[in-house]
Amino acid sequence: MTDVLLRVEGLRTVLDTADGEVRAVDGVDFDLRRGRTFAILGESGCGKSMTAFSLLRLLPPGGRVAAGRVLLDGVDLLRLSEKAMRRVRGGRIAMIFQEPQTALNPVMRVGDQIGEGLVRHRGLRGRALRAEARELLVQVGIPDPDRRLDAYPHQLSGGMKQRVIVAMALAGRPDILIADEPTTALDVTIQAQVLALLRRLQEELGMTILLITHDLGVVAEMAHEVGVMYAGELVETGERDAFFAHPRHPYARRLFAALPDAAKKAGRLVSIPGMVPPLTRRFTGCRFTERCDRAFAPCAGEIPAWTPVDDRQAVRCHLYTATPPAVAEGIAEPAPPPPAGAIADAKGPLLEVRDLGVHFPVRSGLLRRVSGAIRAVDGIDLRIPEGHTLALVGESGCGKTTAGKALLQLIRPTRGSVRFEGTELTTLERAALRPYRRALQIIFQDPYASMNPRMRVDRIVEEGMRSQGLGNTPGERQDRVDRLLEQVGMDPAVKHRYPHEFSGGQRQRICIARALAVSPRLVVCDEPTSALDVSVQAQILNLLRALQDELGLAYLFITHNMSVVEYLAHEVAVMYLGRIVEFGPTERVMAAPAHPYTRALLSAVPVPDPRARRDVIRLGGDPPSPHSPPAGCHFHPRCPEAMAVCRTVYPEAVERGDGHRVACHLYTGQGDTPSR
Amino acid sequence: MIHGVLSRLLSAMVVVAGVSVLVFLLIHLVPGDPVEVMLGEGARPADRAELERALGLHQPLAMQLTDYFSGLVRGDLGESLHSRQAVAEVIAGRLPATVVLALAALAVALVLAVPLGLIAAVRPDSPWDSGAMTFSMVGVSIPNFVLGPLLILLFSVHLGWLPVSGWEGPASLVLPAVTLGTAMAAILSRMVRSALLDVLGEDYIRTARAKGLDELTIVVRHGLRNAALPVITVVGLQLGTLLGGAVITETVFAWPGIGQLTVEAIQRRDYPVLQGCILVISLAYVVINTLTDLAYGVLDPRVRIGVS
Repeated sequence: MTDVLLRVEGLRTVLDTADGEVRAVDGVDFDLRRGRTFAILGESGCGKSMTAFSLLRLLPPGGRVAAGRVLLDGVDLLRLSEKAMRRVRGGRIAMIFQEPQTALNPVMRVGDQIGEGLVRHRGLRGRALRAEARELLVQVGIPDPDRRLDAYPHQLSGGMKQRVIVAMALAGRPDILIADEPTTALDVTIQAQVLALLRRLQEELGMTILLITHDLGVVAEMAHEVGVMYAGELVETGERDAFFAHPRHPYARRLFAALPDAAKKAGRLVSIPGMVPPLTRRFTGCRFTERCDRAFAPCAGEIPAWTPVDDRQAVRCHLYTATPPAVAEGIAEPAPPPPAGAIADAKGPLLEVRDLGVHFPVRSGLLRRVSGAIRAVDGIDLRIPEGHTLALVGESGCGKTTAGKALLQLIRPTRGSVRFEGTELTTLERAALRPYRRALQIIFQDPYASMNPRMRVDRIVEEGMRSQGLGNTPGERQDRVDRLLEQVGMDPAVKHRYPHEFSGGQRQRICIARALAVSPRLVVCDEPTSALDVSVQAQILNLLRALQDELGLAYLFITHNMSVVEYLAHEVAVMYLGRIVEFGPTERVMAAPAHPYTRALLSAVPVPDPRARRDVIRLGGDPPSPHSPPAGCHFHPRCPEAMAVCRTVYPEAVERGDGHRVACHLYTGQGDTPSR
Repeated sequence: MIHGVLSRLLSAMVVVAGVSVLVFLLIHLVPGDPVEVMLGEGARPADRAELERALGLHQPLAMQLTDYFSGLVRGDLGESLHSRQAVAEVIAGRLPATVVLALAALAVALVLAVPLGLIAAVRPDSPWDSGAMTFSMVGVSIPNFVLGPLLILLFSVHLGWLPVSGWEGPASLVLPAVTLGTAMAAILSRMVRSALLDVLGEDYIRTARAKGLDELTIVVRHGLRNAALPVITVVGLQLGTLLGGAVITETVFAWPGIGQLTVEAIQRRDYPVLQGCILVISLAYVVINTLTDLAYGVLDPRVRIGVS
């Protein structure tokens, strides 16, 4: 066994809030072993970030550590003076954060921000300081480090910023790196780069990593040991391979079952009913009891003790101490509905998009003349049949959201045609478009920001009906609001409340009810689950599927999440820099991706299975700016298979059978010898 | 960057030209005949004609505008009806007093407001915070025409430390500057507090803490510069007001500045001087606003236009 570098014993952290004392971390013990990665896995609000902040004593206002010990080389960090603690922060334990966009000071040069740690912990000055800062940028793989030292954060891409943050963390030569959701805000290809960087640094520097994440795939890729956190405490710990082979706690099992993928396409996803109990409560039994399908006699009244399952895993669950009543193994689910989409084949398209383009003018010079255009969407073709789901996937900035809005005429397209049941929408005046607004609805990514906080739920849901003149009387409309709320799985009694009283998943349900209120035919879903936890995501995906079966809705599902695509979509379109590079039936594209970009995108998704040895096709660099896309195929500078022709000619789409089309010179017949 | 500055200056010039036209039109916007307003209804026709000629009102409007602008370009703002002095000279005589007072008041305001706001933001909801904010509340509530005389009573009449009013050397500057500066500081300290509180809640402050920096470095190096933007905006607006002449305070202290000149010009119906005053006041706003905008660019690299 490797030696313990940091030991956490009985850590309890509380937050004083208006609702009383919240026990955010309630008795957590774990060890960090030298040179290894311990991952704390959990959903939002489980206390995993609070645990990390407690170790560094960087709690938000109102937070304090109530009990426990944090022993670093035998010294209790919780007893150190603030001055001594400042030497630990950055010097012994460094931290990197979730949101690279906001974690850097916007008005300070990158080199100076890295330099601060070097001055503080290593006393470097002047030329040595700059040389070392440069060295750190090289170490985290930033090209052109001399120039980047003098750059400001806004001049760097998201992935680049996260690298700078890692460089800052390395400045004090820490023994331990706490990484709090380090790749959650990044695109998958960039996530793959950053994860590889962390692994390489761990190997080179022998660093110990505490990884905080909600992503089972990231855990499988990075961790040596895993701890699953629920409602302020660890409920299961174990070695990675043992954990992924046999998750023991019912909560952990359900997390796995809730992940969407192609294999589960036939049925409903397992979701976890109910919500995490409020942490203001004092618990007398297992915290998961109310949501647990295996709960039995002792669960409610007796707090489960840590029970070793074998020498590699331990769990806090009565299933392993007492003899539970016999249950069929595996997770039973209510009868699955028939697979979706069967109704829809062989029908004409509900919506047909041809050569859609959205250009934003770029102004420059003294008189702000239009000097060019950003081609956010640059000529895309889409067909969505009734009752079908088309997924539009791509990394941030590829234009997928703009395309969705242009299709609804929320942004007027610059060129191209959008036909809804044969009617051309792009040429309609505002007033003439109004009736079509009923048929075309949208659900936004962030359920926290997409509802007016000063409006009650019933007003929010009803508003569309009022503006479309649906329902003759207020009473009729209110009845419909009740039915809609029931339809999305909510109690109609909640309609008199305000949005802030609901959780993220509940809000997204309300947003769905709002969209459904006007009986749409097509709903654009713009990353509707990316702000939600896995178990809640499963609920929303189930709901969207059920509504499609019931109402024959068509979805344009905009997402960056490949597993959601596999689970939900009939067809998938892959977008890169304003254009669709590959299109086809989901199964075909997922099983045999043809475009090198699609292949790289798919290979970069972390798989929640440590045995799945996959070869990540690692893309260099960042997506280029749509302001000045590369000549020829936009993807060629990052493409591992680029040929000479790719630099000059944009490839035509080639039909590969079964409606599978790909725009790549590997298939156009124009290809010559690979250029490298 | 250069482009950004140039285009900002260009738009400032457009504003100045617009203001000049408005000021010119002012005399035509006065209800009724300005000559009659100035001389009263019983004036002799000969006097009226003379005044009309003096103001150039007998010429067609377009011609008047051309004359006015060609005068402006040469720095000729006309002649005071009261003292027969050139308006430019009259204003030039008063401007330094106003500028000195404005800068002194600004200095007082900054010296008071920045530390107060900073303490309040670093220790929110503490006695320090409530103390600083009580001061601010009192400062906002006391009008200058109350605070000014109170200060005179205490420091000039009772203690005899400082002159009562007028300009008798640098000591005369203290009381009016404190009067104006306190009022400014009251608002400014609230701005500093709220801007700094916002910034101290940002993620990059947490990043700085995680580096092991001490609180003072964090607040000064990472906090203040980021908090400066909204504060600069308010400082700019306040300074603009001060340069326009703090009429009440200048009157209380018999301070020979633009504010008093404006009041005198109104009382004497000295339209050319009034025109000149308004032009100078608007110019002051334009200049300060332009400087504020340029300061944004210096403070925040994201605002710098044209940086790749």
